Amino acid sequence: MGFPHPSHPRETVLLSRHFGDAEARSYAGWMQRGGYQALEKALGMGREQVIDEVKTSGVRGRGGAGFPAGVKWSFMPKERTKPHYLCCNADEGEPGTFKDRELMRWTPHAVLEGCAIAAYAIQAEHVYVYIRGEFTEAIRVMQAAIDEAYAKGILGQNVLGRGVRIEMTIHRGAGAYICGEETALMNSIEGKRGNPRIKPPFPAAAGLWGCPTTVNNVETLAAVPHIIEKGAAWYKGLSLSNPKSTGTKLFSICGNVAKPGNYEVTMGFPLRDLLYEMAGGIPGGRKLKAVQPGGCSVPFITAEEAAGALLDYEGCVAAGTQLGSGGMIVYDDACDIVYQVMRLARFYAHESCAQCTQCREGTAWTTKILQKILRGEGRMEDLDVLVDLGEQMTGKTICVLSDSCAVAVVSAIQKFRPDFEAYIRSGRAVATA
Amino acid sequence: MSDLVRLTIEGREVEVPKGTNLLEAAKLAGILVPHYCYHPSLPVAGVCRMCLVEVEGWPKLAAACATPVAAGMVATVSSPMAKQGRQGVLEFLLINHPLDCPICDQAGECELQDYVFQEGRSGTRYTEYAKRFHPVEEFGPDVLYVSNRCILCTRCVRFMDHVAGEAVLNVSERGDRAHVGIDGGQLLDHAWAGNVVDLCPVGSLLSKDFLHKARAWDLDKTASVCTGCTQGCSVALETRENTVVRVRPRPNAEVNRHFICDHGRLTYHWMNRSDRIEAPLVQEAGRLVPVDWEKAIARAADVLRSAKAPWLGLASAGASCEALDAAAVVLKLGGGTGVFRVREGDEVPLHGVPGLALRRERAPNVRGAEAAGFGRDWSGAVANLRSAGLVLVLDESLDGVEAPPAGVPFVYVGTVLPEVARGATVVLPCANAAEEEGTFVNANGLRQAYLQAKTPPGMARPAAWILGAVRSALGAATGATV
Repeated sequence: MGFPHPSHPRETVLLSRHFGDAEARSYAGWMQRGGYQALEKALGMGREQVIDEVKTSGVRGRGGAGFPAGVKWSFMPKERTKPHYLCCNADEGEPGTFKDRELMRWTPHAVLEGCAIAAYAIQAEHVYVYIRGEFTEAIRVMQAAIDEAYAKGILGQNVLGRGVRIEMTIHRGAGAYICGEETALMNSIEGKRGNPRIKPPFPAAAGLWGCPTTVNNVETLAAVPHIIEKGAAWYKGLSLSNPKSTGTKLFSICGNVAKPGNYEVTMGFPLRDLLYEMAGGIPGGRKLKAVQPGGCSVPFITAEEAAGALLDYEGCVAAGTQLGSGGMIVYDDACDIVYQVMRLARFYAHESCAQCTQCREGTAWTTKILQKILRGEGRMEDLDVLVDLGEQMTGKTICVLSDSCAVAVVSAIQKFRPDFEAYIRSGRAVATA
Repeated sequence: MSDLVRLTIEGREVEVPKGTNLLEAAKLAGILVPHYCYHPSLPVAGVCRMCLVEVEGWPKLAAACATPVAAGMVATVSSPMAKQGRQGVLEFLLINHPLDCPICDQAGECELQDYVFQEGRSGTRYTEYAKRFHPVEEFGPDVLYVSNRCILCTRCVRFMDHVAGEAVLNVSERGDRAHVGIDGGQLLDHAWAGNVVDLCPVGSLLSKDFLHKARAWDLDKTASVCTGCTQGCSVALETRENTVVRVRPRPNAEVNRHFICDHGRLTYHWMNRSDRIEAPLVQEAGRLVPVDWEKAIARAADVLRSAKAPWLGLASAGASCEALDAAAVVLKLGGGTGVFRVREGDEVPLHGVPGLALRRERAPNVRGAEAAGFGRDWSGAVANLRSAGLVLVLDESLDGVEAPPAGVPFVYVGTVLPEVARGATVVLPCANAAEEEGTFVNANGLRQAYLQAKTPPGMARPAAWILGAVRSALGAATGATV
């Protein structure tokens, strides 16, 4: 539901059904709402069957990459010669994204249940829930739920009396955006500096402490109980559009909208309807200028491109952007795109782990050029340099942080070049702090 | 063979063991892929992104160091796309680099210089911004960190973590504020820490010992063997104007991989001693008088010929096998025995390289001396010095040894003249290990050659030559054959 707003009739509330319902947080409340039935059901199925069901459902990674979750699980070795691990990625550092926080705040047991089913499927006896350190409330709620789950035999040595062992530990992040990258997340859990690792080896082969590991986003895992309970076919049927984008998706809408919040719609929902019907459109009589539908790491699209866009993986690509994490950032026509892009670049420059040359130096250089343009000291050639730096920062590094910086900057220049040129021509300056 | 993989790099077919990375495979094909963070003796980091190459059918450039070979792979190092990728890296590396090459010790052997010259842009586009500045830091007794020049390849950090096993270095801060940091209150004083200076591909980590001493292109490099202990690490003696100014490891997979310890690295100043004996000396009317080699050798032969048995040899385990063998041959004529002694220190293994350690015995040729028949009963032999018919010294310091009694003939072969040798009958000046060719046998029985790095002072000659000449002179005089 459009938390904190009342549910909109066109929403499909699956994951967000209990947002705002404080009673759903407790074990008792959760059981009243049908909790842990999916886990019961999953434990009665074979591990392969669970993986197949999730594979068939077509649910894709909700953290931003959109990799099919069931396929990811199937990469885990069938024979367990070393401990297997599941990491629930709750680092949610992507600017504009705040859906996982709400899932953990209101439905901790749904996250737990998804984790437990996934852990069972991939033969993991230990789940690490890596929660962004600033999410103090979510951490408290999740810890309370885990404690209750242990007390009720949902977690521990003998889950639901079925002889399956699942332990769960919360690991608090310490404030690095990059720790949301799955291999950096694993380094962080291991107590190391949160630097992304080179791949191969992939986590399913050598992850946490060199053991087979799967990392899934909170929202992905929260969808799993529904898939198990109601079946893959049902979940798949929720899609309005493409068979490769299934189920529902939470969109965190923020920026220049009347009713920012989390809205849950089925895949393939029109962006325009989400923005104007549900989120109340652009306030103050202003017009839409640009949207980043999937968090700050996806290309900007113009109002025209947004008008016909469908919100699923393929639809966003067709519109020239990506679905990403579903953290939709809305910019109105009073918005200074150059300034906004500089802020994004500055964020990436600040968060770059400093391993790869292109990212370490490129994000900082990009920021300096943008700040110079904002000081009214820019030159037309600076725009070419920015685009060329973007090229150098794309597809050449260990992770995609520098790609993300480049994509925001380059797409903004491509689509809003007159805004940049206006600064350069007029010599107008704004404060950039 | 099934464990070999065939692939094509830069149009050349190579067959390499499965699991080899593309960068090493290219080396085997005779192609150097430019790189900074990769080092064969360190774990792969894949961070500098300099080794980007194009692989046919791959959508993105691949970092050669982090890409395992696959059968049928076709990789190109010099394709426009790959070159453009590396040019981008070089531009990024230079934007904050001070370009103070004229005062940088690394200039001339700097991989940043080399690759920028080879394939970098001719100009920079980073013109209007201040470069990052950090003051120079003192990391340890011999290591300085010039952060401004650092390209954050992390070789030093990985060396301390994984090879030295003393993780005192780290990458501190993030983004373009990042620099190599040292743990609070710690010093980079590990016995093998000096290797970080060699590993640094730029002039960021510097040796205080070598600081501003020479330009890299003025150095002559000579293959040698470290004289610091019985490990026998392969080193290069780097000389300028007949002076050893730096000792660095040479790669040797069997002995020292790519490393040497700080003891071996910094204990070379004795090779440049200026208080050397420059001419043969003979005792005449109570004082040593310089003579030419012919007279000196003849005099030594005379002394030996008339000396009573048993002869006593006091040798250094730092002498070459050739010199020790020649000394043993001479001693045998007088029914003599030879002994040696070795200075000892703590054994300091290098954690990450099995079998590599700064050994307890701090001389290069202990096994060679033993093989030549020299014994270890130094104190026993020295106690009986008075009963010897003749004393022959081979470059021994004679510290703590009494001078032989006046009547005992005393032939001294050495580099410098200690007080107790001033009474020697004949003094024959020899070359030190940097001034001759020879071999040492290391603790594992491996016999290794070293080459001459500088000329000996004055008339000094290699000890093996001197003792051989003495033996020849004896043979000619007596008609005996050896």
